[in-house]
Amino acid sequence: MMENVIEVKQLSKSYQGKQVLKNLSFSLNKGMVLGLLGANGAGKSTGIECILGTRKKDSGEVHILGKDPVKERKELFQRVGVQFQDSNYQREIRVDELCEETECLYQNPADWHELLKKFGIGDKEKSLVKDLSGGQRQRLFIILALIPQPEIVFLDELTTGLDARARREVWNILRGLKQDGLTMILTSHFMDEVEALCDQIIILKKGETVFQGTTTQALASSKCDKFEDAYLHYAGEGEENEDIW
Amino acid sequence: MKTFGKMLKIEAKLSIRDMNMIIFAEIMPLIVLVIVGIVYGSKEAFPGAGYTFLEQNFGALCSIAICAGGLMGLPLTISEYRERRILKRFQVTPVSSLMILIVPVAIFVLYSISSIVLLWIVAKIFWGFTFRGSYFLFFAGWLLVLIPILSIGMLVGGIAKNSKSASVWASVLYFPMLVFSGATLPYEVMPGAMQKVVNILPLTQGIKILKAAVLGLPLTDVTFAIVAMTVLAAVCIGISMRYFRWE
Repeated sequence: MMENVIEVKQLSKSYQGKQVLKNLSFSLNKGMVLGLLGANGAGKSTGIECILGTRKKDSGEVHILGKDPVKERKELFQRVGVQFQDSNYQREIRVDELCEETECLYQNPADWHELLKKFGIGDKEKSLVKDLSGGQRQRLFIILALIPQPEIVFLDELTTGLDARARREVWNILRGLKQDGLTMILTSHFMDEVEALCDQIIILKKGETVFQGTTTQALASSKCDKFEDAYLHYAGEGEENEDIW
Repeated sequence: MKTFGKMLKIEAKLSIRDMNMIIFAEIMPLIVLVIVGIVYGSKEAFPGAGYTFLEQNFGALCSIAICAGGLMGLPLTISEYRERRILKRFQVTPVSSLMILIVPVAIFVLYSISSIVLLWIVAKIFWGFTFRGSYFLFFAGWLLVLIPILSIGMLVGGIAKNSKSASVWASVLYFPMLVFSGATLPYEVMPGAMQKVVNILPLTQGIKILKAAVLGLPLTDVTFAIVAMTVLAAVCIGISMRYFRWE
């Protein structure tokens, strides 16, 4: 049986009278991957933060695993992993310390040594996080989001900073987790990645949903041959870089 | 409990790696002790006092680490964790905001304890320091200094806009209290008029309690100090819990 694990209804948010997210609505079944797409400033990160409750929504409803992310924060985040776009960490912390400090927050954590190996940074346990390369750090923060053994994971700008091979490896790992029933919401600027991973996409433009459906549907409705063209057709990328939130 | 222990261990390691607290909470009180020891030696506090000048000031030296932790360490740690978005990362985990605040508090309590132990040992070995008062009163006095000072720090860290303004506030609170409350510059050497002025600093009151406890003197005016320090702590803790911001 299919199970709705996330329900978002009419989610809206404005800053100082300017609407940055307008009536975002979707629901997601277990094991599905949703891509939230759009140019910089289109409202992707605001959307994710309003869903998670780290930003106060103006209106709308959010239920994750049947719970309210603000009122039932502690129960919910036992089962949800999050990787923020600009993930941060204590100045002098080492990889193993950051993993341990994350592990100790959860009732049933994954073995992070295994995760480090799986993501190809098993030899970096004793390194300072700040000494890792951008790509290594990005992988580390995906690992932190997976330590809770989550049922849902939010990945903001999943593979930014990774080289081509590392991206492929991350995709493969995520596909495996998806097969085990992990639900994912991700944002990305790489359309090949979106095609490779996402079952559903939402394209945002100035906070408004301009397309919602599958990548195939986006191709068909835009009459483009390549998904990247279809995306640009909807998102109008390049026009709205001035309002970055 | 398991979470608390793990986080305490890791955050304590990070704090030691940072060295600031080692310098300001552990080494600095020792330096002041050594200066007082060299200048006054085992001289009596005043003719017929029955205790030495160093013993008289031991209680004050015990407050230096509390000052460093509460007025500098705590506000800077909390505001930096907010600014570096570490608190935001914790916000999407099951950890409670209380735990996030208790862990650094516990670290600064540990710094204070180890500073007192170090001072005690050094003062004993080199200047024959004798503790003449009641351990219970000393412990109570320590709490009465510790809790309000840490709660001031919690308040500043909790509501400061950014780490820049937290550090300005921390300096405004830390340096005057460090110098004028008698923690470093002995209260007894200040002119009478100055003593009257510095009496309004919370730490001055706290230090009076600590000194009386070390020397076994009757606690005059202690009711006022206790009430003042308790109210201060309650207000600061109340406000900081109410206005705590993850981001």
